[in-house]
Amino acid sequence: MAPSDKTPEPFGIDYAPAPESTAVVDIADGYGHFINGDFVESLSGATFATVNPATEEHLAYVADGSAEDVDRAVAAARAAFEGPWGQMSGSQRGKYLFRIARQLQERSREFAVLETLDGGKPIKESRDLDLPLSAAWFFYYAGWADKLEYAFPNRTMAPHGVAGQIVPWNFPLMMAAWKLAPALAAGNTVVLKPAETTPLTALLLADVLRDVDLPPGVVNIVTGAGVTGAALVDHPGVDKLAFTGSTGVGKAIQRAASARRIPLTLELGGKAAHIVFEDSAVDQAVEGVVTGIYSNQGHVCCAGSRLLVEESIADEFVERLMRRISTLRLGDPLDKNTDVGAINSADQLQRITDLVATGVAEGADLHQPGCDLPDKGYWFPPTVFTGVQQSHTVAREEIFGPVLTVQTFRTAEEAVEKANNTPYGLSAGIWTEKGSKILWMAEKLRAGVVWANTYNRFDPASPFGGYKESGFGREGGLHGLAPYLRERTGAKGRGA
Amino acid sequence: MTASPAFLPTTGGGPVRTTPVDAVALEARAAALCTRSIKTTSKRAALHTTIRCIDLTTLEGTDTPGKVASLCQKAIKPDPSDPTVPSVAAVCVYPEMVEHAVEATTGTGVAVASVAGAFPAGMSAPAVRVADIVDAVGRGAGEIDIVLNRSAFLSGDLGRAHDEIAAAKDACGASHLKVILETGELGSYDQVRRASMLAMAAGADFIKTSTGKIPKAATHPMILNMAEAIRDYADQTGVVVGLKGAGGIRTSKQAWHHLVIVGETLGSAWLTPERFRLGASSLLNDVLMQLQKLDTGRYSGPDYVTVD
Repeated sequence: MAPSDKTPEPFGIDYAPAPESTAVVDIADGYGHFINGDFVESLSGATFATVNPATEEHLAYVADGSAEDVDRAVAAARAAFEGPWGQMSGSQRGKYLFRIARQLQERSREFAVLETLDGGKPIKESRDLDLPLSAAWFFYYAGWADKLEYAFPNRTMAPHGVAGQIVPWNFPLMMAAWKLAPALAAGNTVVLKPAETTPLTALLLADVLRDVDLPPGVVNIVTGAGVTGAALVDHPGVDKLAFTGSTGVGKAIQRAASARRIPLTLELGGKAAHIVFEDSAVDQAVEGVVTGIYSNQGHVCCAGSRLLVEESIADEFVERLMRRISTLRLGDPLDKNTDVGAINSADQLQRITDLVATGVAEGADLHQPGCDLPDKGYWFPPTVFTGVQQSHTVAREEIFGPVLTVQTFRTAEEAVEKANNTPYGLSAGIWTEKGSKILWMAEKLRAGVVWANTYNRFDPASPFGGYKESGFGREGGLHGLAPYLRERTGAKGRGA
Repeated sequence: MTASPAFLPTTGGGPVRTTPVDAVALEARAAALCTRSIKTTSKRAALHTTIRCIDLTTLEGTDTPGKVASLCQKAIKPDPSDPTVPSVAAVCVYPEMVEHAVEATTGTGVAVASVAGAFPAGMSAPAVRVADIVDAVGRGAGEIDIVLNRSAFLSGDLGRAHDEIAAAKDACGASHLKVILETGELGSYDQVRRASMLAMAAGADFIKTSTGKIPKAATHPMILNMAEAIRDYADQTGVVVGLKGAGGIRTSKQAWHHLVIVGETLGSAWLTPERFRLGASSLLNDVLMQLQKLDTGRYSGPDYVTVD
């Protein structure tokens, strides 16, 4: 290069592309169900395709499970429960979980790239959030496996048997980890159904399970859509159900579970209020609001989708917020500098588009930064609605996309009233420098998780879950272990 | 602390307000910005911009006219083998060395900055500090770096801290005034935010993190905190104030993450020597080695850049 060509443009924040390499990932043409330690095709031979939502490129064909396939998986799980897994000591079970956690760490780049390819989320999130938390969940529950007597002192606990688990597409691997780790630590065996748009990391996890020599049948993975999930829910051989997903499906599952009187954990939708007081650390509050609603494109059940800001700073706060949103980098999810990735599926994009159109039609003021959307793939720009009334659809329905509504309040009482005025009750956020106000608010907010001066923070030791139509039962901590155990009377328990 | 004082800018207008700072969230945001991946053309641009914003500094009791002359030569032509490498923004020296620096840099575009006002502690009588500034300006320093009166500021005598900066600004005349907050001695991000507003309201052309004489200095969250204060001040008054990070900046990666933080907080327009400086002595050589690596594909080593 001649010296004269080397004088660069001044440095600016329009960074050069910094794509993560996809060479670490080897995607097969097709994937079967993972049953009894082997990958097997559907009995019907049916498959469906999974695509990269950022490019609409085909990634792989995946087996489409029927009731018969679910039946095979449940039978394998039952055999493993009656067989090796059920006989195993807690410390042995813990050993497997520790191995899985370490494998996730070692192969984290591979998992992160695959998660981003299949789901559209920015690589920096799959790399810095999904993978570390997935491993952390296994590490945490591995530690409990041989300590159940201490976790529930003076009670004799036993696993339920076969757990049926259905996970969503927003955090595919992480949600699988949240469900598998406590179930296995408690001594259950599992049939897991990943979401149909994002099955690939769960299937790569199956690879890990084989590598760590987990006995066949302890974890079985059946892929498919709603029909497959319904077959799992209705299968009489399932002793315990856990579901994360939409409130509508959750209600159907609750009906089925209650008819069979089996225990159930539901982690459903949300419409969280993010409450910002005048005396907050304003810049950090702006940042919290931005990550609260735009991380993972707003595909987060606990997303802070309703901003409630104290009237005295509302205009200034929205101005700061819009300025910050204008610096969000939307585009190639594999680029390490991308902040906002692709919408997970064409269906979800349609739902977001329709709800935003409803918001405009009902009279709310739409704000979007002028960012270019890629030509191919499913994309939606970060969106803010001001002039929103409590009765507006966009303030009431879960959008599950990068859409924030802004409302104001004058007193803390009014903030609480507006925050609680929703059928959901999963999470809420508070920003104020006044500790007593945080405690007062946290007591009155009807939400399973209340974050103060932070948002979307997770830890395996901390229980997570909702009230009202956001579901019941908790994941994380001892609260998340308990639903996978039942109390036995009389006989001394085996296991621990 | 929630009760934040308001300061009256000497340039007129209403009082400027400060906002509280949440330390955990501030550090999390800075850490997130430090994951920005700066590659290829962006890396070369960042390295050049870093050089253009450097205040190449020597502030030792052992400084001599010869050492200053050598430093100035380096400032003007950081890499004699590569004419595309730009000059740094300024050299920064003690008042005694100003004339030697002026002599060596006249006509080159490299400015001469002098510390003054009883640097680095500032613990001298106000008249002595002003005389020190007047002396440095008289010797030809176009930029004056003074320290905030931490003793007054921390004891709550904000009026005195403010007025002394205003007096220093008067003493500077046409020279630019940089006010060093010595962030490592202020105890909290809240205090730094407040001191930033105070210094800007008192007339600082630049606010600067540190003297480089104490260990805790120009960290990334601190630069973010001060950049946000500068943005707030510009929003409230329309006055543009520059930012200088100094102390502990030794590697190119640290430097370009400072550029990222300032660029994403204040905009790319702030990434010029008129508005952003990095005070450093050893940073420049690391940047030169990084540039050589971009050209040749391998690291050369410290013997292939000059030690001045």
